[in-house]
Amino acid sequence: MLVVSLIAFVMFRFVGDPVDQMVGLETALEERAKLREQLGLNDPLPVQFWNFVSKAAQGDLGVSYQFKRPVSVLLGERLPATLELSFVSALFALLAGIPMGVYTALRRESILSKLFLTVSLIGISLPTFLIGILLIFIFSVNLQWLPSFGRGQVVDLGWWTTGFLTASGLKALILPSITLGLFQMTLIMRLVRSEMLEVLRTDYIKFARARGLKDRAIHFGHALKNTLVPVITITGLQLGSIIAFAIITETVFQWPGMGLLFLQAVQNVDIPIMSAYLLLIAFLFVAINLIVDMLYVVVDPRIRIGGAEA
Amino acid sequence: MSDALLTVRDLVVEFPTRKGILTAVDRVSFEIGRGEVLGVVGESGAGKSMTGSAIIGLIEPPGHIAGGSIELAGERIDNLPLEAMRKVRGKRIGMVFQDPLTSLNPLYTIAEQLIETIRTHLKLSERDARARAIGLLDEVGIPAASRRIDDYPHQFSGGMRQRVVIALALCAEPELVIADEPTTALDVSVQSQIIDVLKNMCAEHGSSVMLITHDMGVIAEAADRVAVMYAGRLAEIGPVRDVIQDARHPYTKGLMGSIPTLMHDSDRLTQIPGSMPRLTDIPPGCAFSPRCPKAFDRCFAEQPSCKAHEDREVACLLYDEGARP
Repeated sequence: MLVVSLIAFVMFRFVGDPVDQMVGLETALEERAKLREQLGLNDPLPVQFWNFVSKAAQGDLGVSYQFKRPVSVLLGERLPATLELSFVSALFALLAGIPMGVYTALRRESILSKLFLTVSLIGISLPTFLIGILLIFIFSVNLQWLPSFGRGQVVDLGWWTTGFLTASGLKALILPSITLGLFQMTLIMRLVRSEMLEVLRTDYIKFARARGLKDRAIHFGHALKNTLVPVITITGLQLGSIIAFAIITETVFQWPGMGLLFLQAVQNVDIPIMSAYLLLIAFLFVAINLIVDMLYVVVDPRIRIGGAEA
Repeated sequence: MSDALLTVRDLVVEFPTRKGILTAVDRVSFEIGRGEVLGVVGESGAGKSMTGSAIIGLIEPPGHIAGGSIELAGERIDNLPLEAMRKVRGKRIGMVFQDPLTSLNPLYTIAEQLIETIRTHLKLSERDARARAIGLLDEVGIPAASRRIDDYPHQFSGGMRQRVVIALALCAEPELVIADEPTTALDVSVQSQIIDVLKNMCAEHGSSVMLITHDMGVIAEAADRVAVMYAGRLAEIGPVRDVIQDARHPYTKGLMGSIPTLMHDSDRLTQIPGSMPRLTDIPPGCAFSPRCPKAFDRCFAEQPSCKAHEDREVACLLYDEGARP
């Protein structure tokens, strides 16, 4: 976190003079100096860094040059959109990826599992924006089933705006989340498949068969649970990158989330937004990894006992 | 033996490979009586475990039973549909594997695994199944069974885990238990305890045992009869005392000669020259003929079949009347 905040800060500090961005061409030199003092730009670097970090820790991420509004408020407005999109697509990736992985591991020779594998290759190799544009082309332009951009109607819950509660909001979620989740889905599917194949070869699966347990119980009870630890790891990491790489999808679908905000910020060299975005993503990564580590303990009793003894 | 529990006749197990068909088990026939313990010995790759897997219907594909028949209590089980065979496994035939460290699913407690197995085969409530599970653990000699039942496999030692595996194999009162090298992975000091547990449990529950091992000591201790396998074929089968003290087949003789004894003070143990042929190039005639000290011309051309000879069956031309040199 500290390293990321340092990078964010360095970026904040060295990419051009922010004062030039904020004021017009005709501003007098004294006024510029005053603004400079006000922003603390004349302090020594370590002091500036300390101020940056301590303010960031309190949720104050500075003021956007472009919108002249606090960055935290701007991000707060956009955060729900991105998080909703990310979680829906992660959910989609898991709900489609795990069953497909199990299926392709169990019925290796069937046509359907070969089809899944081929599709997954396409999913891995096609870039996100292309998939997004293709989906828009098919479902929005040709079939006109689903909207091609925006969040649809959203309901404001005070601190959180949600698209889950209206039909148009839900419809608007479908295409972007498929676009965003497709790569993750194929990744999870391939991971589950290879893990399943591995686990199905183990002695305890053979012993479970020798005990005459039902195939369902063996495959979904004994085998799947043993594949979950690596799946959770990857899913956790991927959830972070889903949030981070939502930028592209948000651009394609004009999704009013953080990614779009970030891109606008890049175009206008709006450094506080960029560095705040960087910090937020890093924070989410760390938080998700922590949750993942805690989930291991729920799944695998060996870790639980080991931890208690240590 | 008409009251045989298990009758295996001319069992052939084949594996198609790139180099051609590999015959892992070649026309093996034997019977196991009710309550009997049959030991099966042989070197690695002699087809012992494969015979066991064939009986319980768990040969890894692409291997398959290519011929012969397996009957359990007069009913053929080698050609049952999958679901019917699943009901035989665990319920009528139990199995104990070699490595207790990997036979148990690490993510479930002993209780969960026992109760799941019991309730798959017997109509019992969760509570009755649990009571039965605790009873079984008690029987296999796990101290404080009612407390330890909720532990995970990694909290048990190897010997304790093998006891749990035996309890699992026996939890639905199977008529036959196949124990595939149950002591190989264990500490020497624990081995005889486990054999005792296995023997006593099966005797109490009236199960027959097919005890697969390469340890003659284990066989001598636990088995009633012993079958010796070589290169996928049966070499000799007979009462365990007789086979140990008076082996007929030259391979069995060699095998016995390689075991050190306390009685005879010999400087060198005898050894069989050469090694077992690979299953892809078994010589024509008797599989043991290239290594056999008593081989004669017919041995290299003619494959001997298992013939009754006094109290046992031997697959050797030396005992084929009128064929001796």
